[in-house]
Amino acid sequence: MPIDPLSRTLSAIADPTRRAILARLSRGPATVSEIAEPFEVSLPAISKHLKVLERAELIERRRQAQWRPCSLRPEPLKEAADWLERYRVHWEAQFQRLDQLLDELGAEEPDTPTGDRKEPL
Amino acid sequence: MTPHGNLKVAARGDLEIEMKRVFNTSRSLLFDALTRPELVKRWMYGPEGHSLPVCEIDLTVGGALRYVWRLPDGTEMGMTGRYLEIVRPERIVHTELFDEDWTGGETLVTTELYEQGETTLLEMTVRYPSLEARDRVIESGMSEGVAMGYDRLDVLLPTIAVT
Repeated sequence: MPIDPLSRTLSAIADPTRRAILARLSRGPATVSEIAEPFEVSLPAISKHLKVLERAELIERRRQAQWRPCSLRPEPLKEAADWLERYRVHWEAQFQRLDQLLDELGAEEPDTPTGDRKEPL
Repeated sequence: MTPHGNLKVAARGDLEIEMKRVFNTSRSLLFDALTRPELVKRWMYGPEGHSLPVCEIDLTVGGALRYVWRLPDGTEMGMTGRYLEIVRPERIVHTELFDEDWTGGETLVTTELYEQGETTLLEMTVRYPSLEARDRVIESGMSEGVAMGYDRLDVLLPTIAVT
């Protein structure tokens, strides 16, 4: 399925095991068995996760005979984070104005109790 | 670095974006600020220089909403939706569809307000009709570029995605 790189990244990291694998690799390269060690899932299951990450170009594996350590490719993660950061900045700017508005409204109604009002819509 | 507020944004599954933020106010006042047109117009007008000249809200189940933003160059951007659930002052579910329909269908917005002592936690989940639509959302007026530092990717990861 043709899919843009950002979608592929977000899709790949939607899984908690894969995020944990990436977090492990952010501390340095590791072999498949080293990666699998802290998890309670089988080695083939870990291999499957690694394939997804490799297809998403989030990790790379060197061809060193049997040993093939995996290492992190951080660029796609940075792109995904940048993308979400733009979303965050857009909304945070609006929410800061909302903070201000709420302050003003709160000052206008100093006697309003903090509990919810009971009147219907 | 960028002046960070306390808003948390994360991708959730393939279709959703989840936002969480705490407001220093009561739940009922925040609910009003999210649903009363004269109040919504004062903060939800988009980037500086934009405005929200039209904001119509029929806050009933099945009721319609209509927003029109005006950009600095005079261009207008309209959005229509309807309310599916209203539980005052804690939950609103509504649909949104831009006139230009760049998302290829309606988005579904679930807004939940939780009392936390003197403050209120806002959780807003936006569900897009497709993966591509979710990823395209930024191009529609959220164009401010931002650079982040990435010293600790393991810290960064949970900020990008939740399940």
